[in-house]
Amino acid sequence: MIIRGTRLTIEKRLVPSSSAYLVIPFISIFMALLVGSIFLYFSGHEPVAVYYKMFKGAFGSRYGITETIVKAIPLTLVGLGVALAFRMQLWNIGGEGQLYMGAFAATWVALTFPEGSVWWVMPAMIALGMLAGGLWALLTAIPKAIWGVNEIITTLMLNYVAILWVDYLVYGPWKDPAGFNFPLTAVFSDAATLPGLFDSRVHAGLFFGIVAAIILYLVVYHTRWGYEIRVTGENPGAARYAGMNTTRNIMLVMLFSGALCGLAGMSEVSGIGHRLQHGLSPGYGYTAIIVAWLSRLNPFAVILVAILFGGLQVGGFIVQTSGIPSSMVYMLQGLLLFFVLGGELLTGYRLNRVPATGEATK
Amino acid sequence: MKKVGKKTLWALVATLMAALMLAGCGGSGGEEDKQAGPGEEEKFKVAFVYITSAGDAGWTYAHDLGRLYLQDQLDWVDASEIVENVPENPADAEQVITQLAEQGNKVIFTTSFGYMDPTINVAQKYPDVTFVHCSGYKTADNVGAYFGRMYQARYLSGLVAGQATESNIIGYVGAHPIPEVIRGINAFTVGVRAANPDAVVKVVWTNSWFDPTVEKQSAEVLLDAGADVIAQHMDSPAPQQAAEERGKLGIGYNSDMRAQAPGAVMTSPMWEWGPYYVETVQAIKDGTFDPTPTAGSLTYWGGLKEGLVKISDYGPMVPEETKQLVEQEKARIISGEWDVFYGPLKDQNGEVKVAEGQKMTDDEMLAMDWFVEGVEGKITAPQF
Repeated sequence: MIIRGTRLTIEKRLVPSSSAYLVIPFISIFMALLVGSIFLYFSGHEPVAVYYKMFKGAFGSRYGITETIVKAIPLTLVGLGVALAFRMQLWNIGGEGQLYMGAFAATWVALTFPEGSVWWVMPAMIALGMLAGGLWALLTAIPKAIWGVNEIITTLMLNYVAILWVDYLVYGPWKDPAGFNFPLTAVFSDAATLPGLFDSRVHAGLFFGIVAAIILYLVVYHTRWGYEIRVTGENPGAARYAGMNTTRNIMLVMLFSGALCGLAGMSEVSGIGHRLQHGLSPGYGYTAIIVAWLSRLNPFAVILVAILFGGLQVGGFIVQTSGIPSSMVYMLQGLLLFFVLGGELLTGYRLNRVPATGEATK
Repeated sequence: MKKVGKKTLWALVATLMAALMLAGCGGSGGEEDKQAGPGEEEKFKVAFVYITSAGDAGWTYAHDLGRLYLQDQLDWVDASEIVENVPENPADAEQVITQLAEQGNKVIFTTSFGYMDPTINVAQKYPDVTFVHCSGYKTADNVGAYFGRMYQARYLSGLVAGQATESNIIGYVGAHPIPEVIRGINAFTVGVRAANPDAVVKVVWTNSWFDPTVEKQSAEVLLDAGADVIAQHMDSPAPQQAAEERGKLGIGYNSDMRAQAPGAVMTSPMWEWGPYYVETVQAIKDGTFDPTPTAGSLTYWGGLKEGLVKISDYGPMVPEETKQLVEQEKARIISGEWDVFYGPLKDQNGEVKVAEGQKMTDDEMLAMDWFVEGVEGKITAPQF
């Protein structure tokens, strides 16, 4: 690239710039809002007023805040799950499918034991939901660990399988007999329903997210195993040389990663839907990938970013009533990811300007 | 790494606070929320929740025409609040409906099946707001359920398709395998076979209401299988455009799709929601609205007779003789002399489902889960 006689080169930083670490998330969000506002401006809206309305809608009232949390719960759980895998450079794109499998297993418990007591039904739903999500992820971890099969492809593909499996059940054998043949299961018993909080739709899944973040933080930063994960993520060769069991770690990390996504699915059916249905998730599994990146895989930051993205969705629906198209929110999400990934480059690399040597560059 | 993690956290906190400040500054300079001024009379607010965008030329477009008609007819109504592309998952739909109730709407129309439970849930919290849900089966003190007997218009369009086909294979792009869609396919097939007993209707599912790419691909699969007429239960005109590209014919849906595929579309079964919306909102305002089910589980199930469904004007390729047949059958349905699901009716295996002299009840029609003879396809959910 030639700019007025100088050439820009990209050079890896030996030590990642810590100031870049600090300001880049801020700049990314700001740039995304800025570019978004250009689109808004040229489509005839007042950008600042729109952002204000979105913000007020999502965080400016009790109702807005609770609805933002409702969306932040699954985003947090899946965000934590994929962040754990990303930490080890395992690209688990399968959060959506693992969420569906968790919802499936939890629903199985709820439908099979409609009379069961809350004391064992709820723990069983949590345990099986996590197990199902974990095993679904493990399906991709085994070929990855043994033959090096690319997990981006396998986790992504298994999303479709999981969604279609749930569709098969709700359109077929699990259809509510009293439901006029519509694709919904019967409504769960009270024992299988997560209690609500604050007289709103916020449910006990909130604690799952917080507890999971704390545990994950302790495990990743304060245990030997967490150290192994981090080392393997930064330098797999060194990890192997140091005698760390990478094969086992890949499987374990994917298992836990999937289990957290499965827990998200369990809490979504048990806390929000109270039944399994077609189209359970509006793409939480994919949005959570952005959440994990934007939070730089820090468990507590995941919670904050999940709340930000929950607010973005709530605010997005709210501004629609004043004529802002719904695609605006997806555009903003895309812009955020774009600038975060762009910022990533600047954290790890440096742009150098060197005088042009006169050679043509390709 | 640990330190960096903490720094990142603080950076995020700072970001959030900055965003908050930015928003705060914007508030003073930005446009204020529109509210009725002191001199202005407060209008009766009516809101609509849509599954796709009003520009889809399909289902939502038809509802939105109804909304505009309502706005045009009743000057004391403010029907300006709509929310589009609301997914049918419990988290989003319930939030949007609550938000509309919270914003002071007196009537909220929720226009897709998946909004049924969310509508019922929100209605419990807002007893002073009236909710009207389209295409479900639940009602409550302040929740009505409405729908249209689209199967009657589908039957008429089936007559047109049956007379037009030369290959005796008609393709049908279906959305989700739920009773509404199955009923439509059956009614269409009854019409096709009435006009042409040798013709069959091949069904492909898309598992979506609106997905132009998949809709088009599905239509192409059917055209490859020998279909020369493409009918659809989808919200975009993509299947009709696929038919037009191959020089074949089609039957649109939801709105007059001749606009998008003039070379193919012979006619389109259509919705006419406007008068129903006017009547319903007036009744709610007057306090005379009664959500008690009258047709099966529905508060209101209007058909050809009520003008809630109809077929559009014909394309130039439709012969006069077909038009006469349609008129004759339409009169028979409107007079109440006959309806589509009167016996004898057989299922795909040739088993008699409705005997001669019998007819299906509204509830049976609303829960339909079997295909009539002449349909080629299976009622199974996911397939690609």
